[in-house]
Amino acid sequence: MGAMLDIQGLTKQFGQFTAVDDVSFSVAAGEVLGFLGPNGSGKSTTMKMVTGFLTPTAGTAVVCGNDVTRDPIAVKRHIGYLPEGAPLYEDMTPSGMLSFVADVRGLSGAERRNGIDNAVDKLQLNEVFNQQIGTLSKGFKRRVGLAQAIIHDPDVLILDEPTDGLDPNQKHHVRQLIADMSKDKVIVISTHVLEEVDAVCSRAIVIARGKMIADGTPSDLERRSSYYNAVSVRLHRDHVATLKEALNGIGDIDRVETGDHIGDMAHVVVVAKNGATIIETVNARMSDRKIAIEQLYVERGRLEEVFRQLTGDEQGENA
Amino acid sequence: MSKALAISKRELLAYFSTPLAYVFIVIFLALAGATTFYFGGFFQRGQADLQSFFSFHPWLYLFLIPSVGMRLWAEERKSGTIELLMTLPVSTTQAVAGKFIAAWIFAGIALALTFPIWITVNYLGSPDNGVIVAGYVASFLMAGAFLAIGSFVSALTRNQVIAFVITAAVCFVFMMSGLEPVQSAFRGLNNAFIVDLVASLSFLTNFDAITRGVFDLRDFIYMASVIGVFLFANVVIVDLKKGS
Repeated sequence: MGAMLDIQGLTKQFGQFTAVDDVSFSVAAGEVLGFLGPNGSGKSTTMKMVTGFLTPTAGTAVVCGNDVTRDPIAVKRHIGYLPEGAPLYEDMTPSGMLSFVADVRGLSGAERRNGIDNAVDKLQLNEVFNQQIGTLSKGFKRRVGLAQAIIHDPDVLILDEPTDGLDPNQKHHVRQLIADMSKDKVIVISTHVLEEVDAVCSRAIVIARGKMIADGTPSDLERRSSYYNAVSVRLHRDHVATLKEALNGIGDIDRVETGDHIGDMAHVVVVAKNGATIIETVNARMSDRKIAIEQLYVERGRLEEVFRQLTGDEQGENA
Repeated sequence: MSKALAISKRELLAYFSTPLAYVFIVIFLALAGATTFYFGGFFQRGQADLQSFFSFHPWLYLFLIPSVGMRLWAEERKSGTIELLMTLPVSTTQAVAGKFIAAWIFAGIALALTFPIWITVNYLGSPDNGVIVAGYVASFLMAGAFLAIGSFVSALTRNQVIAFVITAAVCFVFMMSGLEPVQSAFRGLNNAFIVDLVASLSFLTNFDAITRGVFDLRDFIYMASVIGVFLFANVVIVDLKKGS
């Protein structure tokens, strides 16, 4: 199975402003793509073009073999879309809303029944099924928005900030749902919550000021962090000086950072040079000096740092 | 087509899920009755026809119909649901038609509920029911023309109040174009063609002709063309402005 979603040179200009600048990538079935970027970086605009809501200034998106600029209706048939902020007809009930979407999508008979039942079931909408959407909590509204997106079991699911504004339990639930559905689908989620990328995405694309600036697995991105393979040590604050001295002269160590201490315990981060593996050396030096430690672990790299690194410079130009 | 109908169904239910539908129907019926009997002199005229009833419809529609049309697109844009609607597999034409049909059916329901006056006039005398049917058809078409204008204007803004005011103003211009103040302004041009053209664009001129029993197919075609032109413009505007 080839790429179900293929984006080719997608560009959108609003007057002089280029919101999305020549973005190309393709996604195969089974992938969960995290679309990362600061607010206003062009994530939503890209999604709006892929779903056929906005017409691209240049380039196109091909969804399951259909070109969105030539046959937007066919593309829309294959896509389930949760727009940013999950807009819904607030005067309707979830029941009415889902029936409406099923009707417009041309579902009928068993397909229609199963689609609605399945969506209600997966998003646990039973208790509010006949309540007016306007009166529902934010969490339920978001779930109704997700339900209408999966009602026709779409091949490509595009979710614009699906967990924004949800509480931790709801976030976990939505992520679980995304993971469950990802087997034979393409799922694209946009987010600026980085833990989400770690939690559900098999691949991440970073976009800033309309340009794609990184594309890789979440661990590829983490590897770009200066904290990749850094060693975190928690120990009594009296031993900090000894530790620093013990680590002197190790070539692979870039710097040693000392954090605030809580009570008598201090937190020290030993940062590796170019992501080199330093845990063994550090450990050996510490046992040589018999430094008692409370806790020791290797950091995986900090996505947030990478994110700032990648997108921060671009914004600096702006200021 | 079934997709357009699914949209119509949703829209129609949306009217009845808010008090708007009931307020509209009650006010329309009350005003239709009041104008017929007080201003139209239904009894004093001593004639078995519904001219005193129909002749006020353009004026009632002038400020009531914009309230039906104003939400059609403005609300979708304001709440962001337009993004939901236009990423479903429907064409803009289907969406525009679906919404318009719902609003038109709604106006039709309100108009149909004036049936007691038809019964009344038949009870009191023996009117020409053919003329009355033509009057109802013309009234329904005129409501459609006002709604098409309303739907078009609604697509231009995300503010329903602005949509209401502009729709009323545009409809007013269309109505007045056959009346003396507008006509005399154009007569200054000394061009009979232009004067006639402007007069022929008037809702009032076209509508009055039908309700008096002067049956000219062109009057019906005129109303239908207004609907067609504004719905076409509506499709263009929705496509242009949906993202903004």
